[in-house]
Parts: sequence; C-alpha cells; structure tokens
Amino acid sequence: MKSPIAAVEVRRLAVSFDRSGASVAAVRDTTFSVFQGESFGLVGPSGCGKSTVLRVIAGLQRDWTGRVAVHGTELVPRARMTGQLRRDIQMVFQDPYASLHPRHRISRALGEPLQVNGESQVKERVAEVLSQVGLDPTMARRYPHELSGGQRQRVAIARALLLRPKLLLLDEPTSALDVSVQAEILNLLSDLKVTHGMTLILVSHDPDVIAHMCSRAVRMADGAIQEVLDRTRLSHYA
Amino acid sequence: MACVIVWTPVMTEPFLEVRDLNVRFRDESGFASVPALDDISFVVGAERVALVGESGSGKSTAARAVMGLLPPSAKVAAKNLRFGPADLLSLDHAGWNALRGSGMGFVLQDPRFSLNPSRRIGWQVEEALRLHTRLTRKERRERALDMLSAVGLPSPLRIYESFPGELSGGMGQRVMIAAMMINRPKLLIADEPTSALDRDLRDQILDLMGRLTAEQGAGLLLISHDLQQVTRFADRVLVLYRGKIVDERRGHELSHSDHPYTRTLWAARPSAATYGTRLPVLRRDLGTMP
Repeated sequence: MKSPIAAVEVRRLAVSFDRSGASVAAVRDTTFSVFQGESFGLVGPSGCGKSTVLRVIAGLQRDWTGRVAVHGTELVPRARMTGQLRRDIQMVFQDPYASLHPRHRISRALGEPLQVNGESQVKERVAEVLSQVGLDPTMARRYPHELSGGQRQRVAIARALLLRPKLLLLDEPTSALDVSVQAEILNLLSDLKVTHGMTLILVSHDPDVIAHMCSRAVRMADGAIQEVLDRTRLSHYA
Repeated sequence: MACVIVWTPVMTEPFLEVRDLNVRFRDESGFASVPALDDISFVVGAERVALVGESGSGKSTAARAVMGLLPPSAKVAAKNLRFGPADLLSLDHAGWNALRGSGMGFVLQDPRFSLNPSRRIGWQVEEALRLHTRLTRKERRERALDMLSAVGLPSPLRIYESFPGELSGGMGQRVMIAAMMINRPKLLIADEPTSALDRDLRDQILDLMGRLTAEQGAGLLLISHDLQQVTRFADRVLVLYRGKIVDERRGHELSHSDHPYTRTLWAARPSAATYGTRLPVLRRDLGTMP
C-alpha cells in the first residue's frame, strides 16, 4: 500500500531550555509524520512539550535539533521562517485576547497580513474571511474588547486563513471557551478544513477534543511521545 | 421540588437559604436594565449542590453574593439571604469576618491567586485557627499537619515549611482546601476549583472536597461550567442561564434532562463518539429560554 503524502515530517526532534543555568529538555527524541489533509492531534498534560513541538513547526521556537520538514521543505534551526513557507503555515493560539492587539480594530488586525504580503483588495478580503468564519463583516469596525471570547477566536482563525495556508496549527484553540462556544468553533474548523483542503495539527490537553477532531494523534508526557493513537485507539480514548 | 426530602435525617434546616436573590451591576449610565441574577432561589444543607452554567450565566455572581464579595458596583436584593441565623444582607464587617473562615470557606479557581506568595504554607493553613480559636501555637501546628495529611499531601512537614511558589497547581489547591476546612466550616463554596488543573487531577480534587465535607457534616456549593463533572459529583444540580435557574435535577438525572438548554449543553461536549459529526449548538437568538 502506498503511504499518503506527508505534510509534516518530524524526526528526532529535541528542544531544551535554559533554566537558571541548567539545561532542561522540553522535547526529547520526538518522531512523527502528519499526512496531507488530515487532522492530527498532540495530547498530554501541561508541561509535556506538546506546545513546544507546535511552536517549532510554526517557526516560533527556532532553537532545536533534529529534522523538521513541511511539505517537503526542510526547516532550518535558528533561521527565520520566510517566503512561501511562512504563508503556508499559520497558527491559532489559546487566548484570542492576548493574540489580538487591544488598540487595533479588527479591520487592521486582519488587514495587516494582507498588506505586508502585497495583496490588493484588502477590504474585500477582510469582509470575505469574516463571513467565512461566521461573523458579520461589520465586525471589522470593532475593537477586540467589543467581541465575545468566541467571536475573538473566530477573528484569530480568520486571520490565520487570510493567507490561504496549507497547514493550520491550533494550540488549545477552545480551552478558554464555554462548551457551547467550543462546539461552534470545532464545527467551524471541521468545515474550513474541508473547504480549504488544509492539514490541521491540534494541540489539546483535552482527550475528548482530540478524539472528536483527529484521525490520528500522539500522546506526550515529559517531553516524549508515549503512545501513538490511531482511530481505533482514539475511539476508546478519554 | 422534591429536593427537601433527600436531606439526611439529622438535618433540621438548611445552612444556606437564598430566596429571590437579585443582583444588578452599575455602569456609567446607572444600573443595568438586565439583572445579573434574576430572582433565583435555592437552599444548601449537608449535601453537594452544584450551580452550573456558561460564562455570563451568573453562577459566580451568585457565589460572590453569598460570600459577601461582590464589588460596590453591585446592587444586591433578596427576599431572604440567610446563613444559619445570620442575615447576610445586613451583616457588617465584623459579622462577615466572624463568618468567613469559620462558618463558610471558599476555594477559588487558581491557588496561585488565593495563597499569599510570601508566607509559608503552615502559616496560611493555620490562619482560620489563629483568628477564630484559642488554640495554642503547638495545637494549631498539630491540627495543620493533620489537615495537610488529610488532603493527601505527601510529607506534610515539608509542605508546612514551604512557600506557595514551590508547589504545583494541584498541591496548591489541596493546601487551599486544607486551609478552608481546618476550622470545620458548615459550608464550603468552591468556585471552579478545578478549572486551572489538568484533567487527571480534577476528579481527585473534587472527591477530596466531597469526602472532607461529608466527614465534617458540612455542605458544599460547587460552581462549575462542566455538566459532565457535576453530574458525577453533585446531589443536586441547578442550571443557570442568563441569571435565571432554568433547570433543577438530581445529579445523576442531568443527562436525561428534557430541558432544551440542558440538553444542548450536554450534547455539545465533544467525544470519540461524536467524531466526524457536527456538534449541536445553542440558538443564541432565542433570548430567554422557555
């Protein structure tokens, strides 16, 4: 059987941080692949290293060793992620309030990535992406504090979608939300994955969220993968 | 409601009585037209009662009204708000101080914010005894060490001498429970006590609070957003929505509730069984639920 094309390949990834002089291993000898078009989960308790793995793939954590490739392009440790790769990989964080500038209107928060990348018709694209995530385009005039938590997370997802990424990284995207709002956001992510043909990597401490969303997952603890969960295992998981 | 008959026979009357509690918050233009709590009523005896709802439902406002911790911008009114013989609406500063840490204990969401970072754990666990009893220093220390071991902390002596920063979140929450239960309050109010903890720890902390309150014959009022959690834990569950109690069930009956809000909230929780399906969502245009 021919194996599906890998969207992300991680081989023997290791990350360590300096903590008061001593080196602490946050991620150790971590290897996994994510296939194109799938929803892949990283699950585990806080401090297990799952978010650090995601930040390496996003190019935010640049100090690492091992091999990481996204859509066949090798990431280079300690180098800034630029060009097409930077556009292809987008990330959504746990707390949408912290990831949106409090004094910028939504129109500016969403317009800037388009302007930076030299896209025209900024206003039209912002209105389009807002309606894609189920928000009224008039929301563009608002400030982040004038939105609810769920609406803010929709804006954060809209911003990630603007550059039409192939890979969407989600770090606890619903952990700060009520369960009914979480349901809306998870439905939205499932819809967008289909319409945009994206690959998703979802980090969560909640096994139920992973079991609902993902075709495959790995469970991490103490910086290393403890268990690979396919759909059969995920269906008994929680 | 059938709730009265589930109390244990030793109970003669509830510790906490709330009748038509109404809370409005003031903003720049005066008091809000929509109350944060709209005439809610409930009682708590020697049992576990859960107030459950989503953000903005008023569940924390209710807990804070009972604890006397609402900000001055809140206008509190009630037909009856009593804790034992005390009328909470007319209680003065000294009256509240006598009640807190003695009659009522509070466990809040994040122990990092409820523990004083610059004081040793032992000092903080003993505080209620120092303020409310005439025990000697040695007796207080013994009670504190007993309590630290009762909440399942390893090597109580070491914890006694530690500072909050040296403890994990789960240990911090155990310390808070020790500090709150040491003077045997009649009612423990816990506002999202496990939300800042990892999932594996949540049941342990709830079980601990349930066990200690049961042993001491105390009541427990649990504030939570997690329906599945309270169903396993609470004797009675009150579901709050937009400042009103819309549903009231025995804990184990919550999953069979026929109330549309409770049902949607229950089914909106993702799981392995919902893989590949759309989760049900609330119709937010409904305004108030039937």
